[in-house]
Amino acid sequence: MIEFNPIILNVVIGATILAITSSIVGVFAFLQKKTLVGDAISHAILPGVCLAFMLTNSKNPIYLFAGAFASGWFGSFLIEFISSKSRIKKDSSISIILSLFFGIGMTLLSYIQNHDYSDKSGLNHYLFGSITSITTSDIYLFTSVSLITLFVIYFLFKEFRLVSFDPEFSNSIGINIKVINRVLTSLTVVAIVLGIKAAGVVLMAGMIITPAAIARFWTNKLIIMLNVAVIVAMFSCFFGSYLSYISPTPTGPWIVIVMSFIAILSFFFAPKKGIVFRKIKQIQFRNKIIEENILKALYQIGEKANNFNMSLSIEDILIRRSFLLIELKSGLRRLTSQGYLEKNDQGYAFSPMGLQKGKRTTKLHRLWELYLTNYMKIAPDHVHDDAETIEHIITPELELKLEELLQYPVRDPHDSIIPYK
Amino acid sequence: MSNSNPVLEVHDLTVSYNKKPVLWGVDFSIDQGNLVGIIGPNGAGKSTLIKSIMGLVDKSAGFSKVFGRDLKQVRNKISYVPQRGSVDWDFPATVFDVVLMGTYGKLGLFKRPKRAHKEAANNAIKSVGLQGLEDRQIAQLSGGQQQRVFLARALAQNAELYFMDEPFAGVDAATEKTIIEILKNLKNQGKTVLVVHHDLQTVSEYFDQVILLNTRLVAFGDTDKTFTENNLQETYGGKLTLLSEIRNLMAKEEMPSREK
Repeated sequence: MIEFNPIILNVVIGATILAITSSIVGVFAFLQKKTLVGDAISHAILPGVCLAFMLTNSKNPIYLFAGAFASGWFGSFLIEFISSKSRIKKDSSISIILSLFFGIGMTLLSYIQNHDYSDKSGLNHYLFGSITSITTSDIYLFTSVSLITLFVIYFLFKEFRLVSFDPEFSNSIGINIKVINRVLTSLTVVAIVLGIKAAGVVLMAGMIITPAAIARFWTNKLIIMLNVAVIVAMFSCFFGSYLSYISPTPTGPWIVIVMSFIAILSFFFAPKKGIVFRKIKQIQFRNKIIEENILKALYQIGEKANNFNMSLSIEDILIRRSFLLIELKSGLRRLTSQGYLEKNDQGYAFSPMGLQKGKRTTKLHRLWELYLTNYMKIAPDHVHDDAETIEHIITPELELKLEELLQYPVRDPHDSIIPYK
Repeated sequence: MSNSNPVLEVHDLTVSYNKKPVLWGVDFSIDQGNLVGIIGPNGAGKSTLIKSIMGLVDKSAGFSKVFGRDLKQVRNKISYVPQRGSVDWDFPATVFDVVLMGTYGKLGLFKRPKRAHKEAANNAIKSVGLQGLEDRQIAQLSGGQQQRVFLARALAQNAELYFMDEPFAGVDAATEKTIIEILKNLKNQGKTVLVVHHDLQTVSEYFDQVILLNTRLVAFGDTDKTFTENNLQETYGGKLTLLSEIRNLMAKEEMPSREK
């Protein structure tokens, strides 16, 4: 049994709040392509925290929260102001504000460290985060603020989604996109402010962006994306906090490392978008091409001999068409095990399904050659190579369209007979 | 104009981007039940014209009135279809999600779509021929299908006046046919449609009236009388060199387009 420990309870609640608010807000920032603004805001928070501390000489979370929110919001306002009123583009104004505010913040922080502030210990945790520094009074404030944030998102979900997807249309139906965007920016500031004590201003942007980016790999649905982002963020926060606790090192870097590791895994293994999945698809398609080419070669040999029942050796096939020997052998093996070919002492022979498939590939090849010569006016001696590729990707629906368009022709441009069923 | 109650009235409209006028003193009014093409070369201000009427870009001078009123009072009777390229089609949403957005204007803030709104969306999807694709991700659609999604969203708005920015751009022949049938259908229901269009071949076949635009209004009126060789020459032909020099000068000097 774990004995009741208020610090652990605070860590668990703090990490949960941090994960939920930052990842949900982050999904919208990600979809609006405003992730860099998140980075600037989190750096812009530091001077606010320091100033609030210097003015009140206390680490009361309400004062620090207010100071952080004010300077984060002011930073994001300045970014908009500079990029709309001057020739400086948005990416530059983001960098300018980020470095300016962080510079001021670092200066103030060193000033505090070198001067006689009674309560200054622990203030530097705001830089890289320390989840165990979260106090019970922090938790009360964090919980209420994050509940308000979640309520706002719940009630404005429809508008947030619409404005993120199509701002011009939103504007045309009377939604004030400036107000909606300002609310979203404010929520981003709030989420970041909630997270800095645990994750630190330097790496807080990662907390906002990475869960959303990971979630986008795994789903195409917004609701699922929000859920995946929350789960990823919670796991990373708990695991990262644990690693920081046992090491003992700051929390922020560990959370970001865990998250980035999940991001790398997603990059490789996510369905459809992951590299591994796409590689497998490519290999499958390549195998399909080899198999269909083998069946086509067998069909054409049979066509010539007017006998589709004979068995052919590997050498017989290679006379008709050149294959890499290793690819031919593995292709024959797959076709045999899938039941398209039957293996006997003399070599390989068609099964009824295999004959059907070889015939279809031959037919598609010849139909496409005819289409190229008739409709695209390409010379008959130039159409073969193109048809070699296209024959493998034509779907049954397109096959039917092609047949109807060409009105079931008898012969291809090279005068070979086009085989139908 | 002959009718005293035009659906749309544009009066001396001037719009500038970064102080450079892109529309200059444009003046016309449109009666109910017309299918109107907005024609002109690239950079003529065609999109800007409908955006400024929709209040999406600021006017530097002049005004526009819709149904004789200010835009804000009649928004629910107007539908705007942006250019297809203006949004990120990789956004996580389905065909149904996007079409349902057409009902948001009448829903208002905070409220969620009810069964009737979902039915309206489904009907709109059917009338553009996308039934069966309701749950398809918009990223997986062809260009023509994406344009149909935008059109379906507009139909779900059930408006009286439609502004469409290049709905025929980059679509397949079948989609083009579907779209023009829907536009003619809207017109037959007494609705008014303004379409930014760039294919001169089809203008006479598609539109009752044309607005020929090249920064200034070159000509406006019934297609058979206005869509003439001379007017086209003036729209697409020689630029007014003096006018464009003054425009560049205004951009440089940051001069207001009207003395206030």
